[in-house]
Amino acid sequence: MWKRRHFVTALTGMTAGWAHAQFRVEISGIGATQWPLALEAFRGETGAPASPSAIIRADLERSGAFRLLSGPADKDEASPLPQEALRGSGADAWLAGSMSRLADRSWDVRYRLWDVVKGQPHFTRSANVPAPDLRLAAHRIADEIYEKMTGERGVFASRIAYVSRSGKQYALVIADADGEGRQVALSSSEPIISPAWSPDGKSLAYVSFEQQKAAVWVQEVMTGKRTLVANFRGSNSAPAWSPDGRELALTLSRDAIAQLYVMPVNGGTPRRLTTSPSIDTEPVYSPDGKSIYFVSDRQGGPQIFKIPSSGGRVERVTFKGSYNISPAISPDGTLLAYVNRDGGAFRITTLDLTSGTISSLTDTNDDESPSFAPNGRLIMYASRSQGRDVLMTTTIDGRIKARLATSGLDMREPAWGPYGR
Amino acid sequence: MNTSQAISTSVTARWTALIVVSLTAGLVACSSPVKLNETPVEDRQAKAVDNAADAAKAAADAAAAAAAAAAKSTVASVKAGGSSEANTSGWPAQRVVYFDFDSFVLRDDAKPVVEGHAKVLVGNKARKLMIEAHTDERGGREYNLALGQKRAEAVAKSLVLLGATEAQVEAVSFGKERPADEGHDEQAWAKNRRAELKERK
Repeated sequence: MWKRRHFVTALTGMTAGWAHAQFRVEISGIGATQWPLALEAFRGETGAPASPSAIIRADLERSGAFRLLSGPADKDEASPLPQEALRGSGADAWLAGSMSRLADRSWDVRYRLWDVVKGQPHFTRSANVPAPDLRLAAHRIADEIYEKMTGERGVFASRIAYVSRSGKQYALVIADADGEGRQVALSSSEPIISPAWSPDGKSLAYVSFEQQKAAVWVQEVMTGKRTLVANFRGSNSAPAWSPDGRELALTLSRDAIAQLYVMPVNGGTPRRLTTSPSIDTEPVYSPDGKSIYFVSDRQGGPQIFKIPSSGGRVERVTFKGSYNISPAISPDGTLLAYVNRDGGAFRITTLDLTSGTISSLTDTNDDESPSFAPNGRLIMYASRSQGRDVLMTTTIDGRIKARLATSGLDMREPAWGPYGR
Repeated sequence: MNTSQAISTSVTARWTALIVVSLTAGLVACSSPVKLNETPVEDRQAKAVDNAADAAKAAADAAAAAAAAAAKSTVASVKAGGSSEANTSGWPAQRVVYFDFDSFVLRDDAKPVVEGHAKVLVGNKARKLMIEAHTDERGGREYNLALGQKRAEAVAKSLVLLGATEAQVEAVSFGKERPADEGHDEQAWAKNRRAELKERK
């Protein structure tokens, strides 16, 4: 039996009653509007390779849009609705389910989401799930619930990539968006930085120092097939995919210290995009592919600028503060997240590109690498906690923060993958 | 190219001129490119991760394996290789130069190191150097990678101005990824702001 551990800081309305999984979730903050949902262990979860109710509960809490309540025990999708009890506990919705193992070792997973107020089901589903995909199935259920209640698409079935370090060993890791289900895509005795997902979620571009310098690789996730895309003179780094998946914008030092170039994904001659005697780096495409945001110190300290992706006039975007780096753009193109240095503190900050409003999202001091979830509602970033590098998510209003399951190793450079799987 | 500057024969004056030239020339690279690697494309088929199957359960596992292969969560694991430094004979004892915070300017204490290395390169055109520069841990990874590149280029430029050829020096940066000292104070940071001169093939 796995021992179950669960920590909660501050008010989230959570109670106990968990399924069996070694699991650490640390969530803090109070959300703005939250749907109260009751759920309990699925019938048959005991001893299963993954516990759907625990995964669903953690996903929905991390989104900041739900307040999770415990539900009545020993129920499943076929049970009648205990409406009085649930209304009494304040629940608007109730999830009940079951899972059973089939002869071919896959699982028959069934579940029903109830509208407690109206006293009728929102939906009832069943799925045949291969054992290795049980966690994925649970994330998909969380997505269904999220979409049904909020009207927006959920991101729980998406994946993340990040870099972990243990002593002198580095790994490019792919995990579920909750940090579980870790798999190593690349292991190396040299640093790896700047992973970037292809828009179709099938490849990762990254910078590896395995040849004793920064060079850009593209790797197919399922097969491990790698292509060395940029190994020009000097350093090659900061790969960013165009939205159509055909080009990479990146930073090369082949002609000057650090300038932006665009090149075909499979390699080829780079087209120079910026010409300045300064450092131009960290390109990122706008969602419509027409512009590239980037960092430049052409006007003093590093700031974020914008250039048409076909080249042209450079426009400055950030003006507040003397050091602004690591831009990330929300999927709808309206919100810019970045790292602002204030005194010695590095904090995740957002700039609303339509209203000009600037918000500081974090109050920790060593934050890096913001990356938007594909629905634009969460930002993942790297932070430092008790001497260790950890990954965090925050709602875009900064209210609900959660730490991802840690592997015990330093985790940094998160990149949130697209919808899919 | 900036070599049209007249450089006097005296060592001190040459060093001063070198610093002046590096500062005023900025870091615009010379126009004759070193073609180290044109767009090499390496296509290596990496092995998918295998789970060792117990012979006794092989038959039972076959069905499960088929189901697993169809699963969409597969990630293949690849191991990257490394390389080490080539021949070290003939170089001066000191192989590292250090930098002040936020600076890519060569200090006076870098002079003997750079001159010693330049002498070896000038004496043997077949020998090559990799200049690996670093920053301390403060700041973003990519921006620091570029700052380190500025430091490496400053050293490379000095070597070229002392007579090495462009083909003999390559400037690369590790940014903040490879600290010499993992501490979080000024003492550690000062040790990390550096450029290491290493022989390469």
